[in-house]
Amino acid sequence: YSSSDISDHISVTVRDALNQALDEELERDERVFLLGEEVAQYDGAYKVSRGLWKKYGDKRIIDTPITEMGFAGIAVGAAMAGLRPICEFMTFNFSMQAIDQVINSAAKTYYMSAGLQPVPIVFRGPNGASAGVAAQHSQCFAAWYGHCPGLKVVSPWSAEDAKGLLKSAIRDDNPVVFLENELMYGVPFEMSEEAQSKDFLLPIGKAKIERQGNHVTLVSHSRMVSLCLDAAAVLAKEGIECEVINMRTIRPLDAEAIETSVMKTNHLITVEGGWPQFGVGAEILARIMEGPAFNFLDAPAVRVTGVDIPMPYAKILEDNSIPQIKDIIFSVKKTLNV
Amino acid sequence: MRKMLTIISNVLRGSASRNGAELVSEKCDLHKLEEGPPLQAVLTREEGLQYYRTMQTIRRMELKADQLYKQKIIRGFCHLYDGQEACAVGIETGINLSDHLITAYRAHGYTLTRGGTVREIMAELTGRRGGIAKGKGGSMHMYTKHFYGGNGIVGAQVPLGAGVALACKYLGNNEICVCLYGDGAANQGQIFETYNMASLWKLPCIFICENNKYGMGTSVERAAASTDYYKRGDFIPGLRLDGMDVLCVREATKFAAEHCRSGKGPILMELQTYRYHGHSMSDPGVSYRTREEIQEVRSKSDPISMLKDRMLSNNMASVEELKEIDVEVRKEIEDAAQFATTDPEPPLDDLCNHIFYNDPPMEVRGTNPWTKLKSVS
Repeated sequence: YSSSDISDHISVTVRDALNQALDEELERDERVFLLGEEVAQYDGAYKVSRGLWKKYGDKRIIDTPITEMGFAGIAVGAAMAGLRPICEFMTFNFSMQAIDQVINSAAKTYYMSAGLQPVPIVFRGPNGASAGVAAQHSQCFAAWYGHCPGLKVVSPWSAEDAKGLLKSAIRDDNPVVFLENELMYGVPFEMSEEAQSKDFLLPIGKAKIERQGNHVTLVSHSRMVSLCLDAAAVLAKEGIECEVINMRTIRPLDAEAIETSVMKTNHLITVEGGWPQFGVGAEILARIMEGPAFNFLDAPAVRVTGVDIPMPYAKILEDNSIPQIKDIIFSVKKTLNV
Repeated sequence: MRKMLTIISNVLRGSASRNGAELVSEKCDLHKLEEGPPLQAVLTREEGLQYYRTMQTIRRMELKADQLYKQKIIRGFCHLYDGQEACAVGIETGINLSDHLITAYRAHGYTLTRGGTVREIMAELTGRRGGIAKGKGGSMHMYTKHFYGGNGIVGAQVPLGAGVALACKYLGNNEICVCLYGDGAANQGQIFETYNMASLWKLPCIFICENNKYGMGTSVERAAASTDYYKRGDFIPGLRLDGMDVLCVREATKFAAEHCRSGKGPILMELQTYRYHGHSMSDPGVSYRTREEIQEVRSKSDPISMLKDRMLSNNMASVEELKEIDVEVRKEIEDAAQFATTDPEPPLDDLCNHIFYNDPPMEVRGTNPWTKLKSVS
């Protein structure tokens, strides 16, 4: 028995991992600051910024009025002038009010200025479906932001993802859209000793293979990774071994990781919470068609997605609006023709 | 203070000196301010000549751009600033180069006053590699140090400017941000959001509304329930003044800058000005206003003529001197235009560069799956 990693692992929720990342980066660099609704004195609408205002004060942790377009613009301006803001949207649904500042003021400026004006900013907050919050509060914006050059778009799943990727996002000199998930905030994960360090960074743009397998590749991001792993566990009992890829980053997309896997398993299913049309899965499938992995497919690659409707409220309806484990299992079996 | 200025004036007039003159401005309209900028200010000969030269440079540069646009050498959007020169020049003389400034798309004048050269501005308009943004930005996206453009989305620059001011306060550098917008943009919601936060957080931000009476083809009366733009900041103190008088603009800007630097928070200035051209080169500018109106402004309120008359009548310069400046300016513009029309276009391998800053080189998909293009920071 070696005193290996396992005994140094601790259990950390995604929320606490994000909190650690924020704390560490605020401490490391004076120019980093956080602004958004309720981030300071309320400790964060979802408690992600708990304790930070008490530690860093009014200058570094700023409560804003409910004026997304205004404060997102202010955050972008501050980034242009040399600070490193973290702009929180209480949920990404509200970012629609500010989306012009994210795209036209942040994402495009370095290009339009031919390299004169960088914009080191992070936009973060919960994205996608929650529980019972209905149509206006449940949209997934991965595809919308993932569409735009000049942005990096990150979508962590685990606590390690959350911490390592948020730290990288804050240290990145470019606009990063950081898509969290409210239902994942309270979920605990084992965090390795390495991940507990103040300099633990994960590279933006690299996917991770969460589970090795030979029969089918499941590609997913954020909360849906949990469902893929759960489906894989069920399928394993029937002798079907799924390879589960956690994208970690939406843009730039790690197409190579997916292609390598598909060339091994010959079958591909993407799983996302967002709507199907023009979505993350649609992009992955298009890239597979256009790339070297196409010739290795033994069946059409398919997508498992949210249902193409605004999110309903009633639990039975909501449950049937997003992918369930059974949907993944069903799709795997169809793809493998078993 | 005023008494002292009057004495200087008498001395100067008495000695028929050409070193400077005390000039009287019109009183500003004030909103939530006890006092405004001084009514009298000293203009030295050097200052006068410099303001004249800069305004004339902007004027001739914009007229040359008009010509090049009509020859189809400049394409896309081109929003010209002729008529409004006193605003850009007056503002710059009221702040330091280390201060910050942001404006909307009618930005060529500001690009110059903030340190850009006529050559690189014109070459940007013609889309050449020698352009201030290497040809990748165009008319609306020019940048220099502490000048954040050139912004195409009406009103979006205002929160950005307040953000720059936030950085100034955060860093404690005693710098301020001048944040410009037009009468059209003045009705944008995000501007009111910005007024609120700038005021709450006492950001060192001078909001300046360049009221040229028309938002594209819509006159101010048809767009705004209240055309007292200097009052629209409500809880933010404001002043309204003649934007065609470069000295007025300078003194008001100095006053506003002092207000901000002393930690009192934001302040709002409305400059009443006029553009001779239409909204852009696609707008003849005469369907919503009369040629008589335009002509009247040219003959009675032209900012360059006004400064010239003042300098001549105060014996601060001779007609010949000013003509000489005109000739020099014309030459500078000609040279710049020559450069702008002969400099090559950007190389194709610059197409995908400048997506990300400080990143390793990456691949960008071209128009088809077999085309992989290279992108460096």
